[in-house]
Amino acid sequence: MSDAVIRVENLGKKYIIGHQQDAQRYIALRDVIANGAKGLVQRFQKSNFHNTKSEEFWALKDVSFEIKQGERVGIIGRNGAGKSTLLKILSRITEPTTGRIGIKGRVASLLEVGTGFHPELTGRENIFLNGAILGMSKAEIHRNFDEIVAFAEVEKFLDTPVKRYSSGMYVRLAFSVAAHLEPEILIVDEVLAVGDSQFQKKCLGKMENVAKEGRTVLFVSHNMGVIQTLCSRVILLHAGEVLLDDFTEKGVNTYLKNMESSASQDLLHRKERRGKREIQLAKIEISSGEDSEALATGRPARFLFHVTGKLPGLACVFTLYNQLGQPIANFNSSISSAHDAQNSTMENRVLCEIDELPLLPGQYRLNAMLMGNGEIQDHVEAAAIFDVEPGEMRGRPVMNENSYSTVCIGHRWVMPV
Amino acid sequence: MQRFIEAIEIILSIYLVISQRRQMGTPPELIIEAGRTEKHYWKDIWRYRELFYFLAWRDILVRYKQTVIGIAWALIRPFLTMVVFTVVFGNLAKLPSEGAPYPILVFSAMLPWQFFANSLSEASNSLITNANLISKVYFPRLVVPTSAVVVSFVDFMISGMILLGLMAWYDFVPSWRIVTLPGFIVIAFLASMGSGLWLCSLNVQYRDFRYIVPFIVQFGLYISPVGFSSSIVPEKWRLLYSMNPMVGVIDGFRWAILGGESQMFLPGFLLSMFLVVIIFITGIQYFRKMERTFADVI
Repeated sequence: MSDAVIRVENLGKKYIIGHQQDAQRYIALRDVIANGAKGLVQRFQKSNFHNTKSEEFWALKDVSFEIKQGERVGIIGRNGAGKSTLLKILSRITEPTTGRIGIKGRVASLLEVGTGFHPELTGRENIFLNGAILGMSKAEIHRNFDEIVAFAEVEKFLDTPVKRYSSGMYVRLAFSVAAHLEPEILIVDEVLAVGDSQFQKKCLGKMENVAKEGRTVLFVSHNMGVIQTLCSRVILLHAGEVLLDDFTEKGVNTYLKNMESSASQDLLHRKERRGKREIQLAKIEISSGEDSEALATGRPARFLFHVTGKLPGLACVFTLYNQLGQPIANFNSSISSAHDAQNSTMENRVLCEIDELPLLPGQYRLNAMLMGNGEIQDHVEAAAIFDVEPGEMRGRPVMNENSYSTVCIGHRWVMPV
Repeated sequence: MQRFIEAIEIILSIYLVISQRRQMGTPPELIIEAGRTEKHYWKDIWRYRELFYFLAWRDILVRYKQTVIGIAWALIRPFLTMVVFTVVFGNLAKLPSEGAPYPILVFSAMLPWQFFANSLSEASNSLITNANLISKVYFPRLVVPTSAVVVSFVDFMISGMILLGLMAWYDFVPSWRIVTLPGFIVIAFLASMGSGLWLCSLNVQYRDFRYIVPFIVQFGLYISPVGFSSSIVPEKWRLLYSMNPMVGVIDGFRWAILGGESQMFLPGFLLSMFLVVIIFITGIQYFRKMERTFADVI
């Protein structure tokens, strides 16, 4: 097809992952020499079976798709599904192992906002540097310079080193440079939640009468709400393969179902987890009080985490996400409160209690993480999926589906007589 | 949430507006394939020449930020080394000076040596210190070590002023040979670049080179004829001595700057030059070979 601007054919990317006891970040020359010597000896002894503890890992397998001029495509999938690898290959940061990609047009990829910003340099200097890194020519930067500065609202601080910027200013400046790129194909990783409301309003005013057509955009996100708003089509990746390539709604639904089905497994059988794994999450029990009935809005909730062992500095962190993939609340046991307690009957269990569950009725998912010895021990995505039934918040009934809000806050009114 | 979506929509619309402003013809298709060394590579380097300039400019700017005497550091370090070498080799050991004042003899070698040593240390670390760029943005990676070498070249030019000062102080007038100096500067550049490329690609994979490079620099200062004239090396060892490519470079510098009695040992010089060219070419080849995996390994 002639109007395809991106054509991906049988793309694959292989990584070799080593299984070493102390996972070193880089290979030491000593090991290479030692292994080489070992190999030589083994060849000599004609027992040439390599017992190197490395394993092939296909981050992408046989991925094919086409993207036409002007399409906005969302790429979704769980962590480790290959989204970032795909973006990196498309933006030529790394090479594919197999397959072929054809791209027509100038590509700009934003995998990170403010890449190459140098803290010691002033705002002005960083605009030029960052622009050049993103592939703008000096003339282009000069031409857009005033616009970039005005857009970022940092006129007064142009000659201040960015290390003295507030984080908001920093991000605005970084973003503003990126926004003035002039690509034909834009590749964006989910890095874009930036700016205060004033900055955004300003953007709105400036962009009010803008037509939306002609641009090809590839967008990666975990946030299904954003995907649904922005994209007309999604590509769902799972374990390095294209699971589905379809309209947004279908893709998003499949993705959510996929999340669900993996949550019902026993946690110890789950393979997609990160961390040192000296201890692991075995099971999560979610109940409303002792009689373990279903959760409901405004009722108590108990999250009981079964752990395979104890470590010094044990902490449990978990985040609740709603069905759109938006994070709703984060719970962290390492931030202590006077209301926290210790209990010898807990054994290898950690309990988190909520008196009044402020969640709206609907389905939620939970990502959990264990810390210990000052390191991440175990991190499991979608470790549990649960439903919240309609209930009451301080006596006020909470209706089913309320699409205008994400949480329910206990409150009271005072009305005139 | 709503704001988040709005923000993204706004940003996308900015792209639209900007891109509509400049409609282009059908662009050539870019092919990404395994093991494909793009034909555009050198064209790409040319296209990214501004990035190259900006990276060098950044490193120069950053180098002396928040220092009190700033750029003077580029002068003080070689100057003090020169003083020490003059005292130790010239005044205490009383080595011959090829007819020129000893400080000039030392400094005419100190210039290329410092350039080489700085390039080596800067270039070998350049990819590591720019790891965030390498793993997030595409550009020809060759830009990074090259700009590191160029930064050292700027230091080289600055400390060149000391040489001029010394010449004025000793009323030393160079001969016609000084016009050949640019040629030797090019050779010094090739030597620095070649070794820099080798070490930086090795350093990405084997961080051992983080420790090896300071050793090379430290030993090299004494192994190379920086504090003394290479003419004191016995004739039968000269060819072997010229296996160190910096020997040829330094001899060339002395020959051009000192003039007069300064002699060039031609076979040795040619051997050094040959090695410089080999190192340079293989350096680029090795770098290009390793470049593809940098983002995965770094």
